[in-house]
Amino acid sequence: MLSIKDLTVSVGDKQILKGINLEIKAGEIHAIMGPNGSGKSTLSHILSGKGGYEVTGGSVTYQGKDLLEMPPEIRAREGVFLAFQYPVEIAGVSNIYLLKAALNSVRKYHGLSEVDAMDFLTLIKEKVRLLEMDEKFLYRAVNEGFSGGEKKRNEILQMAILEPKLCILDETDSGLDIDALKIVSEGVNSLRSPDRAFIMVTHYQRLLDYIKPDYVHVLAHGQIVKSGGAELALELEEKGYSWVEAA
Amino acid sequence: MNAVAKNQQSWLQALRTEALTQFAAQGFPSPRAEEWRYTNVSAIEKKRFLPVSESQTAVDVTDILTVYQLKDAWSLVLVDGQFRADLSALDGLPEAVTVMSTANALDSEAETLQRTLGQAVSATEHGFVAFNTAHFTDGLFVRIAAKQVVAKPIQVLHIATQADSLTATRTVIIAEKMAEAELVETFVGIDNSYLSAAVTEIFVEECAAVTLTKVQSEADKAYHFGGTYVKQARNARFTHHNFAFGSLLARSDIHSDLEDAAECELNGLYLGAKRQHLDNHTRINHNKPHGISRELYKGILDDRARGVFQGRVVVAEDAQKTDSTMNNRNLLLSADAEADTKPQLEIYADDVKCGHGVTVGQLEDKSIFYLQSRGIDIETARHILTFAFANEMVDKITLVSLKSMLLKLLLQHFPQDSYVD
Repeated sequence: MLSIKDLTVSVGDKQILKGINLEIKAGEIHAIMGPNGSGKSTLSHILSGKGGYEVTGGSVTYQGKDLLEMPPEIRAREGVFLAFQYPVEIAGVSNIYLLKAALNSVRKYHGLSEVDAMDFLTLIKEKVRLLEMDEKFLYRAVNEGFSGGEKKRNEILQMAILEPKLCILDETDSGLDIDALKIVSEGVNSLRSPDRAFIMVTHYQRLLDYIKPDYVHVLAHGQIVKSGGAELALELEEKGYSWVEAA
Repeated sequence: MNAVAKNQQSWLQALRTEALTQFAAQGFPSPRAEEWRYTNVSAIEKKRFLPVSESQTAVDVTDILTVYQLKDAWSLVLVDGQFRADLSALDGLPEAVTVMSTANALDSEAETLQRTLGQAVSATEHGFVAFNTAHFTDGLFVRIAAKQVVAKPIQVLHIATQADSLTATRTVIIAEKMAEAELVETFVGIDNSYLSAAVTEIFVEECAAVTLTKVQSEADKAYHFGGTYVKQARNARFTHHNFAFGSLLARSDIHSDLEDAAECELNGLYLGAKRQHLDNHTRINHNKPHGISRELYKGILDDRARGVFQGRVVVAEDAQKTDSTMNNRNLLLSADAEADTKPQLEIYADDVKCGHGVTVGQLEDKSIFYLQSRGIDIETARHILTFAFANEMVDKITLVSLKSMLLKLLLQHFPQDSYVD
């Protein structure tokens, strides 16, 4: 589904990613772990098309297409979804409106008609229940005044509605208490499917207690320094990042 | 001048003569005056705008009425400054609610007008008020008897149909003690260059409440001057919503004088594009203690448009415990757009709570990216965010029919596919 080859990325004069190689197949869950400043967030931003970065080398192929050539909205319509580390507050735009506008943009791209108002409400209410959210959130401005946990749940709600192919979760566990972490994880787990892949970018291992990855990659100084199975995360937790950074 | 000429009572003649003398002496305001420093009206003087005679006013305005006339309101229509009973909807007014054209009121409400007209603003204010006082043809007259809560909104529609025309209208609104009313002033025109100069005087008596929404949606080439001058008695409440969408050059003055514990809320939204120049000038005079004022003006400026906000709050020495906030927020959509903002607080009392804030900014990249990352194209993302910025002001409107009209106008500016209210 996703193939990253020798990817190098700079911000200004500073090289952040120094040759990333990663192969992700449908149905897989990959965790990308690493200390602060290792380039984890840069990788998720690059995949979702955020500006401000310069790709200096390498390639990213998504479902056979050059992902880096696509503007962010096309990536989203093609099924790439980024759950933000810091979801943006958008005053004056209701959550339900954003969800509807987003879903319709994706449907339109795939030649489908606009979603029927009743079907949409049914769908949305089902997902809201899944994430144990109050329906009132739908009518509030996007993320405005939401707690950290509510924002993260809202990201997963959008993901559940848009049903992307490649889900990138950027530090989804940060700022979550244990109850919110469970709910968010259950939401993510319910979306697991053989034709959907996940990249979970995280600093800590605790999210991986709830969402079990197939592969764990350790990013340090802009490179993947170690890859392994789920057990690698536990080893990291025990030994700390200095263990791999030194390697 | 037609209707008014019939009832040239001596008091009115004296008022007009004085105003004419005033206007002859000072002319239209010059940018040298501090309160006009950002707005040069000399273009108006160079043009030759002429009053319209009745015979010319046969233009079909059905399309305008379809969009702008509120179905659930009593409405009074003025075409080129003249009352059109045939287009107005004034049936079923309760006895306690008087709604008529100013020209008719000069006959049947002469005493009331003599005591009010020119009392909320004098011809010495500036050239436009002097000009209006000397030349007004007609307008809206409303009087709500004490303790009456008006069941439906009252709308006045000013429609300009003639090229190079000049209309001067005068509106007087009186809400007697404990009365409550909601009013809407709408200014529209057929695509021409013309000058519309309207002065509105409002008297909100003790414990009365008036909400007035101004929808300035004049033609692209039009010049608009509108002055709203309010006298708020003890405990009176006044709320103004000022939507400035149209005109090549428009200036609105909103001034209110507050007595004890009066409350004043001024909201505004100006949307400028191309070469539009939209100036809003507000003044709140807290004359007595315990007054409350809340002011929020928002501007969205695209292309080479220029928006001006001058807000002045004056707290008199006697106006202790005044509670006042004033904010002006501007969104610039183009590098060539300009926002001039000048909030002024003048405080002569020592025990007050007053604040003001100003911002001039652009759409945030992170917000645009957030929407893009959800599949929304960049242009729509910009429209959604700009619309949201503006919609805060439309959201304050409680009258459903008016809100829906404003939403339609807003969505024309910022189109987006699947808007849901």
